[in-house]
Amino acid sequence: MIWNARRVSVAIGGGVVALVFAYLVWGGIGNNLVYFLTPTELLAKGSSVYGTSVRLGGIVQEGSIRWDADTRELRFRLGDENDHTVEVLSTGVPPQMFNGGIGAVVEGVWTPNGVFQCHNLMVKHSNEYRAPMPGTKPAEYYRQLFRKQQS
Amino acid sequence: MNGVVGHAATLSALLLAAFGAVAAYLGGLRRDARYVTAAQRAGVGVFALVALAFATMERALITHDFSVSYVAQVGSRATPLFYTVISLWSALEGSILLWALILSVYTALLALWSRRHNAPGAGVDPYLPYALGTLLCVNIFFLLLISWPANPFRPMSPIPPDGPGPNALLQNSPFMGVHPPLLYTGYVGMSVPFALATGALLAGRLNPDWPKLIRRWTLVPWTFLSLGIVAGAWWSYEVLGWGGYWAWDPVENASFMPWLTATAFLHSVMVQERRGMLKTWTITLIVSTFLLTVLGTFLTRSGVLASVHAFTQSPIGPFFLTFLGLVLLGSLTLLAWRSDALSSEGRFDAALSRESAFMVNNLLFAAFAFVVLLGTMFPLIAEAARGVKVSVGGPYFNQMSVPVALMLVFLAGVGPALPWRKGSLELIRGKFRWPTIVALAVGAALAAAGVRAPLAWLTFVLAVFSAGLLVIEFAGPTSARHRTTGESWVVALWRVCASNRRRYGGYVVHAGILVLAVGVASSATFRREREWTLTRGAVEQLGRYQVRLDSVWAVHEPNRDGVIAATTVSVGGRVLARLNPRLNYYKSAMEPIGTPAVRESLREDVYLVLLAYTADGTHATIKAIASPLVAWIWLGGGIVGLGALFALWPSAGGAPRRDPMPELGRPRSRPVSEARV
Repeated sequence: MIWNARRVSVAIGGGVVALVFAYLVWGGIGNNLVYFLTPTELLAKGSSVYGTSVRLGGIVQEGSIRWDADTRELRFRLGDENDHTVEVLSTGVPPQMFNGGIGAVVEGVWTPNGVFQCHNLMVKHSNEYRAPMPGTKPAEYYRQLFRKQQS
Repeated sequence: MNGVVGHAATLSALLLAAFGAVAAYLGGLRRDARYVTAAQRAGVGVFALVALAFATMERALITHDFSVSYVAQVGSRATPLFYTVISLWSALEGSILLWALILSVYTALLALWSRRHNAPGAGVDPYLPYALGTLLCVNIFFLLLISWPANPFRPMSPIPPDGPGPNALLQNSPFMGVHPPLLYTGYVGMSVPFALATGALLAGRLNPDWPKLIRRWTLVPWTFLSLGIVAGAWWSYEVLGWGGYWAWDPVENASFMPWLTATAFLHSVMVQERRGMLKTWTITLIVSTFLLTVLGTFLTRSGVLASVHAFTQSPIGPFFLTFLGLVLLGSLTLLAWRSDALSSEGRFDAALSRESAFMVNNLLFAAFAFVVLLGTMFPLIAEAARGVKVSVGGPYFNQMSVPVALMLVFLAGVGPALPWRKGSLELIRGKFRWPTIVALAVGAALAAAGVRAPLAWLTFVLAVFSAGLLVIEFAGPTSARHRTTGESWVVALWRVCASNRRRYGGYVVHAGILVLAVGVASSATFRREREWTLTRGAVEQLGRYQVRLDSVWAVHEPNRDGVIAATTVSVGGRVLARLNPRLNYYKSAMEPIGTPAVRESLREDVYLVLLAYTADGTHATIKAIASPLVAWIWLGGGIVGLGALFALWPSAGGAPRRDPMPELGRPRSRPVSEARV
């Protein structure tokens, strides 16, 4: 291998480009991380995660859902097995099967006033078949509508 | 019965593949045609046995034989026949069976094809037997998986009377019959160029026909992979109900990364063919492509990353990691060992040449693949290093990929316009003048029409510019031919294209990518979205569209129950379409799964999703999305497929190739093979 000036300049130029590229990639990842947390973990982190993107997973607490059709605000509490709950504020109509006891994932930010501001609400989809648990009625709404139509 | 037959077939296929691999390597080593013939027969035999296992599984599914574990897992008496047939690839074990089938088809094709190349008395060129041996080793791995840790033929006891039916998302769209097989045919097919590359490395030399040959064997799976990715995007759009088509989901990334490296390979191998340069790089690209397919399968089939496509937690993760490690180690060793056979014969003459355009193209594709790889793997790195569960948001991928994609759009036109070796400024000025003028005029018109999004504007302008350059590549030779031969324009165009299918097919692929890029930029930038709760009879407005809720009603189907919101979409009082978005309740899913209703057109799609309804049927909540030019993505994908097919189509018997450059740079060792493409 001959180390002439052309080779050296190509190597230096390539190295600089690679470094800039690596810096951009690393920074790009760092600024776009979304943390997966449970309510217990979120509360434990407290103020250190204000403003960071978080995907919070838990169970929608029975009886906590408040839907205001005028302001289109949906409030509910998301909890986990350690009985820690977080208040979530979301805008927009809740999805069809949204009710107490269902698993949900909310994406958004935790704010200093103790409310999780959610911009994306997902009902936990599961690909796996589970026998319906007592108390969950997946197709109750459908059945009501179907019965009404039949009569 | 089905279970026993299926399992026996996979086990025999495994043994036969092992025998074939040993015979192939021995045949190459000893240059003994008898071993090679045995290996070729074994390759075809493996296909026959895997096809038997596949057919047995289909029979078990169709006849609802719940004594077979996989049928008990995904079958259901209520599922319609079509979905029963395609439910074979609705879960882990079956999808690996499909994988093994496609792999065995490729193996049989390579075996039959290489058979023509060692006619008795011609001597054995060790490189094809080595390639066949490597491909059979890949077979061994997948057959091992379905023989043991992911065996779909396990007996059930007690035998259940019925099953839950396939994954509800799979049952929700006929597209699942098309997208996975297309994608797999592309994905799995990348094993063949990998085998050819390792074969050449093992044999210690690259025959002069090697680039042409491996390019063909790569272009076939590349075409399927491209179509599979676009079909997957379409599926996501038509089924998932979010109005988008690409979410940088780990599985999407897993299919996209090998596409990026394979595309880079298809370009760099041309430099190798023409100039004898970039050999190590080219081989590295094809090995990386194969490694990325294995990595992608590991990521998505072992449950380490959460995704819509991920199947259940399964024990196959360690198997894939071991296989990945072995392939990586083996390829690196081979590359280091054979580095002398890969030294470059040519060198760059000028910065302004086709070669340098290819170089920049390759760097961009490699950088793109690296960006996607890092973003996809980062959650694993973060969890291992810091114990936190994270995901990398879509904005990262968009920020990083948009500039790279824009440069690639630019190169899609500039690359073909540059000559090999050394381009002159006069030539470039002449060729670039009109495309530049047209692109700037279009840019000014767009700005005047109110396009204020800089990235979308830049995409449109660059796409027009590149399209202009491509038009010149077609128009120049066509008009010359029209003038000299007096043929009509259409005939002249066809003859020009047919005279060099590879080149013009490639340019058609470029044109398809440009169309696709315009569709992506437009639909991502100018999409409008509204969400309303409508009373029956009420009308809401989205842009120029009025959406009226006509009724909400329920239907009962054998495999699912559905609720339909009947709506009418009109523009200025004229009815455009009646759309019926619905929610479906499946036995195998706890939550309803929506089917959006889409009115597709080249100009703009109207996309309605039923989010919720009241049980008395008086109200429905509907999300409405208008995406301009989104159909251009599917159109562009189709053009890419047609272009690739045109390039692959065998030229009519010995038609003279219009290749003005003689082949430069012969390999140092004299070729033994008589192989022709």
